[in-house]
Amino acid sequence: MAAAIELIGITKRFPGVIANDNVNLTVEQGEIHAICGENGAGKSTLMKILYGMQPADEGEMRVNGKSVQFGSPTDAIEQGIGMVHQHFMLADNLSVLENVILGSEPTKGGGRIDFDTAVTHISEVGKAYGLDVDPNDLVETLEVGEQQRVEIIKVLYRGAKILILDEPTAVLVPQEVEELFKNLRELKRDGATIIFIDHKLQEVLEISDRITVIRRGKTIDTVNAADVTAGDLAELMVGSELPSPETSDSTVTDEVALDVRDLTVLGPDERPVVDDVSVAVRRGEIVGIAGIEGNGQTELVDAIIGTVSPLAGTIALLGQDITNRSVRQRREAGLGYVPQDRHREGLLLDAPLWENAVLGHQTEEPYVKGMWINRSGARKQTEHIRSEFDVRSPNVDVSARALSGGNQQKLIIGREMTANPNLLIAAHPTRGIDVGAQAEVWNDIRQARAEGLATLLISADLDELIGLSDTIVVMFHGKLVATLDPAEITPRLLGSYMTGAALESGAESPDSQEVSS
Amino acid sequence: MNTPLLRRVLLALAAPALAAAFALFVSSIVLALSGSSWIDTYSEMLSNASKLETMVDILNRATPLYIAGVAVAIGFKMNLFNIGVEGQYVLASFMAAWVGASVVLPGPLHVGLILLTAMVVGGAWAGLAGLLKVTRGVNEVIATIMLNFIAIGGIIAALLPRAIEDPTAANQGTAVIAESGWLPNLNGILELVTREITKGRRLSGMFLIAIILGVAYHVIVNRSRFGFDLRSSGMNPMAARAGGVPPKRMILVAMLASGAVAGLIGMPEILSDSHSYDQGFVRGLGFAGIAVALLGRNTAPGMAIAALLFGFLDTSSAPLQVTGTASPEIVVIMQATILLTAVIAYEVVNRIRQTDEVRRAAQATESADPAADVATAGASA
Repeated sequence: MAAAIELIGITKRFPGVIANDNVNLTVEQGEIHAICGENGAGKSTLMKILYGMQPADEGEMRVNGKSVQFGSPTDAIEQGIGMVHQHFMLADNLSVLENVILGSEPTKGGGRIDFDTAVTHISEVGKAYGLDVDPNDLVETLEVGEQQRVEIIKVLYRGAKILILDEPTAVLVPQEVEELFKNLRELKRDGATIIFIDHKLQEVLEISDRITVIRRGKTIDTVNAADVTAGDLAELMVGSELPSPETSDSTVTDEVALDVRDLTVLGPDERPVVDDVSVAVRRGEIVGIAGIEGNGQTELVDAIIGTVSPLAGTIALLGQDITNRSVRQRREAGLGYVPQDRHREGLLLDAPLWENAVLGHQTEEPYVKGMWINRSGARKQTEHIRSEFDVRSPNVDVSARALSGGNQQKLIIGREMTANPNLLIAAHPTRGIDVGAQAEVWNDIRQARAEGLATLLISADLDELIGLSDTIVVMFHGKLVATLDPAEITPRLLGSYMTGAALESGAESPDSQEVSS
Repeated sequence: MNTPLLRRVLLALAAPALAAAFALFVSSIVLALSGSSWIDTYSEMLSNASKLETMVDILNRATPLYIAGVAVAIGFKMNLFNIGVEGQYVLASFMAAWVGASVVLPGPLHVGLILLTAMVVGGAWAGLAGLLKVTRGVNEVIATIMLNFIAIGGIIAALLPRAIEDPTAANQGTAVIAESGWLPNLNGILELVTREITKGRRLSGMFLIAIILGVAYHVIVNRSRFGFDLRSSGMNPMAARAGGVPPKRMILVAMLASGAVAGLIGMPEILSDSHSYDQGFVRGLGFAGIAVALLGRNTAPGMAIAALLFGFLDTSSAPLQVTGTASPEIVVIMQATILLTAVIAYEVVNRIRQTDEVRRAAQATESADPAADVATAGASA
């Protein structure tokens, strides 16, 4: 019997990045196959290709042995492929029944919806797979786990035999995860094939038959779940060859620039997303925060720049307590910020470059004079940034939108560096920019470090973290779980901390490099 | 050097020119269909507008339209849709007329008190919507629409009986403000450059205040730190927040400012015309202000042109009716067509401009590479 899914040499390029690079994947009939990898490794892109949401640039897809080409998800559904998205796509104010049939309503004469047939069909599907929900319940009254079941029923209702689940456990509490796994085993028993995307290693090991690890858009290996440990998987995810740190002399001083103590930040669901974090950055030092995205890095940064207020803890900049200061006061105290998403938080896309240079520095010379914007001063300063930081643009009056990502990023770096900050928060400073611009950004950060700048670097790029940082701390589930020396780091160690394998198994715990403070 | 400047100027003029041309085209069709001569109609409108007295009418009509446009634009600059300018100015006018009629003060003080009352009431009424948005997350569109009804149907209806002068009069309203609370007209200044203005037309002193307001709006929005904060919050609230602009305070301040300016919309009527608030008080200027702001792209000069254009069209409708050249509703059709086409034309021009910029930025990136420099130099030689 032919494999349920076979991907051969799938390649997908976006401007400046290769999301999938010659990916090969075989999913057998009736197995639960996990796809593992860090955020940004290319899992989601691959699944979008498989579900017909994006076309692949190269490569071949076979479903049940038949070569296929999908122009849209409709084509994928026709081939029996269904997808359960991480963020549910349900209409809250409709009933379960209405949600399930939405878009493929059974009709009787005159175009009226045949609800009776629909109810029967849904109960059949539900019973067959042990998915228990009342078709008449309103979706908004359901628990998250139940909503997920509705999503699965929706997919099965459309006749899917191959299910793609995108990080299905991300939104669930442990009991719900158990329930989901029970359902998945049931589905498997009835002959369904399941592709399960996740980076929680224990879960992956528990539910799947085989596991494929993707790193940097490439398929690294496919292993039998029974044959590997969490540690093995972590190593595969992070990679066996870590870059060696730049051998530049340490410029770390004794003067503490940023001092975060016992910081706790609550998420929207009142659970701590930053949990009792303490970290210090000295002048001339770059502290890198490693971790899989979504482990509290963003919230930690938000708390330091002042856009969210922490539940507990203190933040001090050069010995001054800034915990209760406004964003502007923090900026004036010398806090520079390179946001993780430059379009969202860094730029006014429709404003000219010189106005973008003013942003975040609206109270500082030479951008302003008293209560007025100093247009000529701001223009001159932006010209200076443009030449100093190699921002390629015809002049400083074009809108930021016109620049390429790399040049936009150089503008932001230049804007922050030119203000001579005491502390720079750089969140994913080279994300989505070309290699040339990346090298320039790294150079800028290194040079500022040599001049005594304290930098807190958040990155998912291990090259960047290890290449730049003097110290690396690992963040997992809102906690700092390890402080590591980039010179002595091993992939297994870093991977086991980042994926939580070190905490979950206990056996992986390293000898000498426990959290020091 | 090619002609990017010329191209930019042409692009900037293209949108309004296209909109006007298309509006004329559509109106001509409507006129033809309704059996009127479009040539006669347009020449009647133009010959009417070329009279000095009509020009004063146009300016008087454009003045409150312009102020309304500015009030709306302040909100737009920050991505706030203050649809409640209508209620804010009507309530402000009523209160100002009432306060103005209850006191007699030396000239400038009396006028100043009326203006201040109007601005405070307008600001407070809009500020209420701002407060609701900041504290409770109520969408300002909903809040201001509701506040319109509360202001006009609720508060004024409840308070007017206390404010009226003569309960037996047919048109009930506040007492006429004493002459110390009248704003001097600008006829004297205008007559310096024209002939004497006849037929009892008086150019309202509010015209001058509207000009000052426009200049202040332009300077504050484009040149001040506050204006920068306002614009950046409107363009990208997340980036503005990360750049130190407190989002809630900006919402509140923008609503207060928008409402305070809205309070001035009824002042030409109160200070220069009827000097009282009555049941026939001019309505609809707040909504017209939305059109002015849209047509004028929230810029001071743009809105001035839009207000004058709308003023011209408004004053054209009566003569068309009197002479029977065409149905006066043609004016409304023209206003609507201009607005619709302008919005579309601006968007088209905007896209052309953006592609232009991207292309030029890409060229700059290439020419920063020395090898490419040589190549282009060779090509152009």
